[in-house]
Amino acid sequence: MGTARYLANKLLQLFFTLLFVLTIAFFLFRVWMPGDPVTTFARSSGAKFTEEQLQQIRHDWGLDVPLFPDQYVAFMTDNMTFNFGVSTVVDPGTNVSTMYWHKMGKSFLLILTSTIASIIIGVILGIKSGWKRRSALDNTSMGSSMLLYAMPEFVLGMILLLLFSNAVHLFPSGGYESAVGHHGFDRVVDIGRHMALPWLTLTLAYMGEFYLVMRSSLLDVLGEEFIALSRAKGVREKYVLRHHAVPNALLPTITLVALSFGFILGGVITVELVFSYPGVGKLSVDALFAHDFPMLQATFVISVIAVLVANLIADLSYAYLDPRVRRA
Amino acid sequence: MKTEPILAPPEAPAPAPELPKKLSRKQLKHARQRRAFLRFWSQFRQNKMGMAGLIILLFFIGMAIFSIFAAKSRLDPTITTDGPRLAGPSLKYPLGTDQQGISVLSLVIEGSRISLFVGLTAALISMFLGTTIGLWAGYKGAFTDGFLMRLTDAFLVLPWLAFAIVMAAVFGQSMWIIIIIIGVTSWAGTARLVRAQVLSVKERNYIERSRALGASDFQVVVRHVMPNLMPIIFANTILTIAIAILSESALAFLGLGDPLAKSWGTIIELAFHAGALSLHAWWWLMAPSMGIVLVVLAFTMIGFAMDEIVNPRIRER
Amino acid sequence: MSVLSVEDLRVTYSTKGGGVPAVRGVNFAIEKGEVLGLAGESGCGKSTIAGAILRLHAGQTKIEGSIMLDGQDVLALSPGKLRAVRWTGASIVFQGALHALNPVQKIGAQIAEAIVVHGMATEKEAMVRAGALLEQVGLPPRRIDDYPHELSGGQKQRVMIAMALACSPSLIIADEPTTALDVMVQAQVLQLLRSLQHDLGLAMLFITHDLSVLVEVSDRLAIMYAGKIVEEGNADRVFHSPQHPYTKALADAFPSIGDQRFRHKPAGLGGDPPDPQHIPSGCPFHPRCARKIDACESVVPELWDAGAERRAACVHVSGAPSLGAVPA
Repeated sequence: MGTARYLANKLLQLFFTLLFVLTIAFFLFRVWMPGDPVTTFARSSGAKFTEEQLQQIRHDWGLDVPLFPDQYVAFMTDNMTFNFGVSTVVDPGTNVSTMYWHKMGKSFLLILTSTIASIIIGVILGIKSGWKRRSALDNTSMGSSMLLYAMPEFVLGMILLLLFSNAVHLFPSGGYESAVGHHGFDRVVDIGRHMALPWLTLTLAYMGEFYLVMRSSLLDVLGEEFIALSRAKGVREKYVLRHHAVPNALLPTITLVALSFGFILGGVITVELVFSYPGVGKLSVDALFAHDFPMLQATFVISVIAVLVANLIADLSYAYLDPRVRRA
Repeated sequence: MKTEPILAPPEAPAPAPELPKKLSRKQLKHARQRRAFLRFWSQFRQNKMGMAGLIILLFFIGMAIFSIFAAKSRLDPTITTDGPRLAGPSLKYPLGTDQQGISVLSLVIEGSRISLFVGLTAALISMFLGTTIGLWAGYKGAFTDGFLMRLTDAFLVLPWLAFAIVMAAVFGQSMWIIIIIIGVTSWAGTARLVRAQVLSVKERNYIERSRALGASDFQVVVRHVMPNLMPIIFANTILTIAIAILSESALAFLGLGDPLAKSWGTIIELAFHAGALSLHAWWWLMAPSMGIVLVVLAFTMIGFAMDEIVNPRIRER
Repeated sequence: MSVLSVEDLRVTYSTKGGGVPAVRGVNFAIEKGEVLGLAGESGCGKSTIAGAILRLHAGQTKIEGSIMLDGQDVLALSPGKLRAVRWTGASIVFQGALHALNPVQKIGAQIAEAIVVHGMATEKEAMVRAGALLEQVGLPPRRIDDYPHELSGGQKQRVMIAMALACSPSLIIADEPTTALDVMVQAQVLQLLRSLQHDLGLAMLFITHDLSVLVEVSDRLAIMYAGKIVEEGNADRVFHSPQHPYTKALADAFPSIGDQRFRHKPAGLGGDPPDPQHIPSGCPFHPRCARKIDACESVVPELWDAGAERRAACVHVSGAPSLGAVPA
């Protein structure tokens, strides 16, 4: 019962946060936004519009009604149903949701695989490091993690490109798959080769952070009395680590992982740019250069929802691991 | 019957010892602060990681200061030299040249000033916002705390780059706007940290006594709460600067830097879009990149070292 | 044969600043069914001894001397045999208040762990036994499914005691078991320990800085100062007519209600215990001693006979060699 209440609580919080963020978005995209989207659209599409046609467009887009409450309510409901309007510059007239929907899968694949990989590798290395402090493994990992942390994701991406694509032609320099269409298994390999470097970039970029947190949290836990008590009971070292230390040490790590999602999304945008990976990130960059506001709105809202969902998953994992949270 | 006294009468209190000389309260405070700082410094000096970071940082600060005077001199990148275009590192051009024949070294020196300035200023704004909100929430408690924490959580969850991109598209991309944008998107972590610290300090007796004596909220916060928080806030500021510099570089790489004030990130962006990768002009990309990495690394090392000294729990490990 | 026999125990921690001799040559023995109370200020080495008996200190800590538990020298055991002896030969009751219990594991499982690890029963049987143990310490057996955060301080301490009894050890080491508890709860826990010890015929080493608690519980008392035992003997005698000036000061520090001596001036002892790395020459207590004579600076006192079942390490006791001491 406690879990259900906890979940309901978290969903409620999520909803209110979403409301708050969308309100900020409303101010950004309707109240403070420079320029008139209708005229921008008319200009980019190249076609000639009559005054009535422009008025019609303005009406269709819901821009001829007062800001509060009409536009505000419409804005909120539209965004929560992923209705972002049409693109004004990048591909005038095309439905923005459709544009993003097509690219979503590719970005999702990249983000999911790299985040999972960096969590797993970071956590395992962090445990090994914390367990054998000051060992060679510990020192090397600490050093490289700090170095990776200091490197912007796009810099890391470019280094990998220079090394493994320019200097040694192991991987292609960008894109999602070769222009020459492959089929079946060959296609999978082809996509894999294209994804390899961006995937590696993102994995390495965030692995360091998870490693550092896991290591320090494990060291914290190892100093607790119940660890000494377990040893006193005659429990083997490995068992103490796996069943007592790690479950407790994972808790702060989950919290940090949840906080990192915002940064991971930011990293994806720059990395997709470096590798010209045709995902949502690259789309956002195109929108940015073109000042295509409906698209930027989509980027913003989708990112926020993605982070909120990821946080929810993290909260659930935390509740699963920590009984103290469940009773609330 | 004469009753014997049960106890000998209490002794007369010993006379108060002579104070060395008449020191004003302010002088005492300064003396104490100086001693605390010296104590901190002697510990910091022993921390190899911290000292290494400090040396690297001083090097780049020196570079930034030098860039102020280097204007109009041989190293000024706005003066086009007729150097070879896209030449690799050589004796004359230690970091090579860019597409226009400008020495990359001079670009990097110029960029150091912008990158450091933006990073430092943005971090200051972030620290100021975060500390104020954290203090207010932690000290006031109840409804104020609840509301401010919801706000903080919302900003904590916001994907900063998406937010920054939108803000830049709406408000423009001058250097100051970028600074403000970074400050506004990164204060939440500090707020959480400060609030936690305030909550633990709030319970201490001298706070209660101060208020019983009639001190206003502001006085209590400034005179009693803040001094306890200063070390942790300072360590956190250093780490915030590192994050601010990374944020600026990402924004600049996306083209949101100020075109008139070329930070390292902007140099990388220009190089990238000029096709430096396919042209194999690695020096043009890597020199400013290494600048970013080294400066961020320096701040991180100093921040970690300070954390070790200031946070006793970590030190024991 | 004594249950525990410690001879010339010396424990030295290794730190960055050199070796810190926490225990500098301690001898004592505990017989079956006997309670030995070990008292002293913080830092005198008493908790170090507790850890040394089951070899719970970090690898770099140097332990010399001999610790005979049920006839086996604990310090000479191989890791496997050591694990077997832990909890079955002797178990520990820690302070328990904050983190002596794994917060994410049910308490029944934590008690059962000790039983299962030593192969004494299957998991199911161990859980049943855990329930029975809880009953023995005054808690309902169904609480084996509770988590530590659902228990009060006193209840957690009872769980610690139940855990300590799990493998029917010969010796129980109680390391500050009541320090973190309220006075009322303290009394209950002490009562429980006393009755269990008596009913089960256990040997117990009771460590605390609170002398008033010890006098109720112990058969014999040993007072520690600066890593050595400075007085030991029958508990009543040591407390009510202490021979060592330090013991006297400790006993005096606990005023009794109605005792006129303490009406206005609390009896304290000036100064601090010595830094283990800079122990004064001769008798380590001489800088703070009211009865110091010149000889105290050069002669290292041993536990000389002080009459009436006591021994004390002071030049003033009856059994000490004559060095110009003034009889009390």
